[in-house]
Amino acid sequence: MKLVTAIIKPFKLDEVKDALTEAGVQGMTVSEVKGFGRQKGHKETYRGTEYQIDFVPKVKLELAIADDLEGKILDTLRTAAKTGSIGDGKIFVSDLNIVIRIRTGETGEGAL
Amino acid sequence: MKHSTFSFMWLLVVILSVCCGPATVWAQDGTPGAIDTGDTAWILVSSAFVLCMTLPGLALFYGGLVRSKNVLGTLMHTAIILCLISIVWVLLGYTLAFGTDVGGVIGSLEFLFSLGVGQDAYPGTGIPHLAFMVFQLMFAAITVALITGSFAERMKFTALLLFAVLWSVLIYSPLAHWVWGGGWLAEMGALDFAGGAVVHISSGFAALVCALMLGQRKGYGVESMVPHNLPMTVMGTGLLWFGWFGFNAGSALGANGGAASAFVATHIAACAGGISWMGAEWLRTGKPTMLGVASGIIAGLATITPGAGFVSPLAALLIGLVAGVVCYAAVVLKIRLGYDDSLDVVAIHGVGGFTGILATGIFASVGAQGLLYGTPGQFVIQFVLAVSTLVFVVVGTFVILKVVDLVVGLRVSSEEEEIGLDLSQHSERAYS
Repeated sequence: MKLVTAIIKPFKLDEVKDALTEAGVQGMTVSEVKGFGRQKGHKETYRGTEYQIDFVPKVKLELAIADDLEGKILDTLRTAAKTGSIGDGKIFVSDLNIVIRIRTGETGEGAL
Repeated sequence: MKHSTFSFMWLLVVILSVCCGPATVWAQDGTPGAIDTGDTAWILVSSAFVLCMTLPGLALFYGGLVRSKNVLGTLMHTAIILCLISIVWVLLGYTLAFGTDVGGVIGSLEFLFSLGVGQDAYPGTGIPHLAFMVFQLMFAAITVALITGSFAERMKFTALLLFAVLWSVLIYSPLAHWVWGGGWLAEMGALDFAGGAVVHISSGFAALVCALMLGQRKGYGVESMVPHNLPMTVMGTGLLWFGWFGFNAGSALGANGGAASAFVATHIAACAGGISWMGAEWLRTGKPTMLGVASGIIAGLATITPGAGFVSPLAALLIGLVAGVVCYAAVVLKIRLGYDDSLDVVAIHGVGGFTGILATGIFASVGAQGLLYGTPGQFVIQFVLAVSTLVFVVVGTFVILKVVDLVVGLRVSSEEEEIGLDLSQHSERAYS
């Protein structure tokens, strides 16, 4: 099993969710986060004073998936979240050892 | 104990002398004029308009500009000043400003506690003396509230209360007397229709002294101090604009052509100010901003205030256009100079009011003649008005702040500032 963590542009969330659901993802967790990458932040100006805003609003998606779906999901995710301009975000994939469904106590892929 | 007995005796003597004295001394010709119902209706409504400028107008305008941890503290400044100064005005402020002139500098105590202020017409108008008193009350309240923008996010609440009362009695009342109450500037022929000097230069340059004496906010220039809610500020702008019609057109003290003229000039200057501020920042930083338009509208309104009843619509347009650019330049200059006038009271009200007083001396054409209409002397008088107001306010505010600092201290502690005024001063949060 894999844990996929993706940092994407907030306005892309609906599009990404629809595409992932279509590709067979059954659940995901979304949080509003702030951060920066190579893009760095942006500038805001209030009454002539410029502020360098380092942490840009982003959306973080977390999804646990079965190993055989990995290739398809990552392709779908990358395609749906891409605008082609700077600041599109990142996808991190890590191995997932244990998953437990709280209600039934099921473990492993059956609990996904 | 001894002290309080003495105060009580003094109070008793004053009350008795006022109650038993001739309460209608002000009606100099002995027969009060007739009440005009239209005038009275307009001034009562205008008084409520000016209330709406202060709360919620100014409170929202300022509240949106601070960080979220200080929004209640900021709203609180305006709200409590409105309550406090209203009482101070009824008890003492009004008589110091509008009691019979004593030596050109102050009003007598004849209206102490507003005794003798009744339903008969105020001399030279068709409105009850009480209506005049309460209309002026609203001006007294908003002037002190305007200053709070300069020390936002860092003033100790007890210091604010003390400062507000002292400033209103010792600075505002004498100044209102000099210009509007028959004092030396009025005698000289100074023109200040609705308070370019009395309200805007005075609050604006008091704000400069406050900003310098309290010092920068912790983290100024390093941490982000981005306004927490600009839609709130824009709402406040709209309410200030709305209320300003009572402020300026109400200053005609009647429902008449003068009020209509001031109404139109006020609106045009507000629009022109919004446009020109936006243009100036668009040229300088590449983007037009909502806060820029809101600031320009207020700059236009502050600048037209002294001339509203004296200028043509075209002159108002010009004054508004100049206001937006000059006040924006003053904000940019503040950033260069590095003093932390947090919400730009100096740039918008001080510089706007000063510009407006001078502009009145140039463009006055309705009921008075300025420089362009053959009376260069008026410009000189306006200059004296602006400069003497500025000097009096700067010196007076400095002394008052020194006293307040000695008695209670001006600033919250560094830790309280870090936590924010809402929690540290008031134990509450705006957004939970």
